Amino acid sequence: MSNSKNITDKDIQSIIGNLLRAGVYLSMTIVLLGAFIYLVDHAGEKVDYGVFDFNKIGLHSISSIFAEVLSFKGAAVIQFGLLMLIFTPIARVVMAVVSFFIEKDYLYVVIGLIVLAIIMVSLSGGFAH
Amino acid sequence: MTVLLFTIVVLIGAFLAGFLGSLTGLGGGVIIIPLLTLGLGVDIHYAIGASIISVIATSTGSAAAYVKEGLTNMRIGMFLEIATTMGAIFGAVIAVYLNAGYVAVIFGCILIFSSLMTLKKKVDHTNIDYSSKGAKFFRLNGSYPNQGVETPYAVKNVAGGFFMMLFAGTLSGLLGIGSGALKVIAMDNIMRLPFKVSTTTSNFMMGVTAAASAVVYLHRGQIDPGIAMPVCIGVLIGATVGAKVLVRTKTDKLKLVFAVVVTILAVQMIYKGLTGGF
Repeated sequence: MSNSKNITDKDIQSIIGNLLRAGVYLSMTIVLLGAFIYLVDHAGEKVDYGVFDFNKIGLHSISSIFAEVLSFKGAAVIQFGLLMLIFTPIARVVMAVVSFFIEKDYLYVVIGLIVLAIIMVSLSGGFAH
Repeated sequence: MTVLLFTIVVLIGAFLAGFLGSLTGLGGGVIIIPLLTLGLGVDIHYAIGASIISVIATSTGSAAAYVKEGLTNMRIGMFLEIATTMGAIFGAVIAVYLNAGYVAVIFGCILIFSSLMTLKKKVDHTNIDYSSKGAKFFRLNGSYPNQGVETPYAVKNVAGGFFMMLFAGTLSGLLGIGSGALKVIAMDNIMRLPFKVSTTTSNFMMGVTAAASAVVYLHRGQIDPGIAMPVCIGVLIGATVGAKVLVRTKTDKLKLVFAVVVTILAVQMIYKGLTGGF
């Protein structure tokens, strides 16, 4: 086995594979928990998704999801789980950048940072409206 | 329809979409959207938001396994992610300015194209001609385990592949699908990668591409927990079961039957889109 100073592509593959799997399990567990609360509270209500309405759910910013999740309302917990799922591939890019840095592959550190920068622009919400 | 009934119906539909999507190689997203819109009368904006979430779930789950097996070329993936994420955000942004009917028409066309692609016999373009300067500079040439033997391959036409990925990313962001068919064209036919590498690398890129546009959709209120929850759980379970069944099933006939069904759905989407049904 190689130590951390001598990290290889194989090690990166293993770390990233584990990270992706853990992210999916964690986020899906949160979604299931939220689904349970949501169904207990709202099972009998009528649904209508026929017309798109921006204001129907108040949970459309990252800060509002973080603020609401501790209320343990079903919809907020589901949305928090979905947010964790969205963050999983993004965390994978961060991990890859760190790994390429340790591996001294600076070209790919830059490439990874460009990908992150593009996603950050999207995260800031500037494109949403 | 009550919340409980809606959740159960969507869960079953999403399971089938994930299952068939993984057996045929079409992916769950392209099936769940017509199911939600045509079948349950859900607004296409919600359907797209839910679908993009399911794309992240399934692609991330399978990418975990592929990456560990060493099939995925992470450098090619990360390099092309620059193109797909830019495209995805662009696609998600222009989706606002497009009439829902047009989105449905474009969706229908991509659906027909993707199902035809699953029927096409694949030709392996693997080669070891290391003349591409772009591939050399970006260190894209690699090797993969092929029947137990580590097999080297060379990458061609990096710029062509990059532009095709920009297009694939745009459609992914616009329609809420993984656009695997287009990604594989870019990597198989243009960059000349071996199948196993192109399909697994395309899968690897899908998660981050979908995440980039999912954030735009989230801010726009298109990701509704009541729809996205059963869709992503159903598609993920369906795709996982599908992948297990796939190993011991011949899918040629299934693909043909499925291509016909999908084409009928696509024609309906296009018809409804043109006649103002969305």
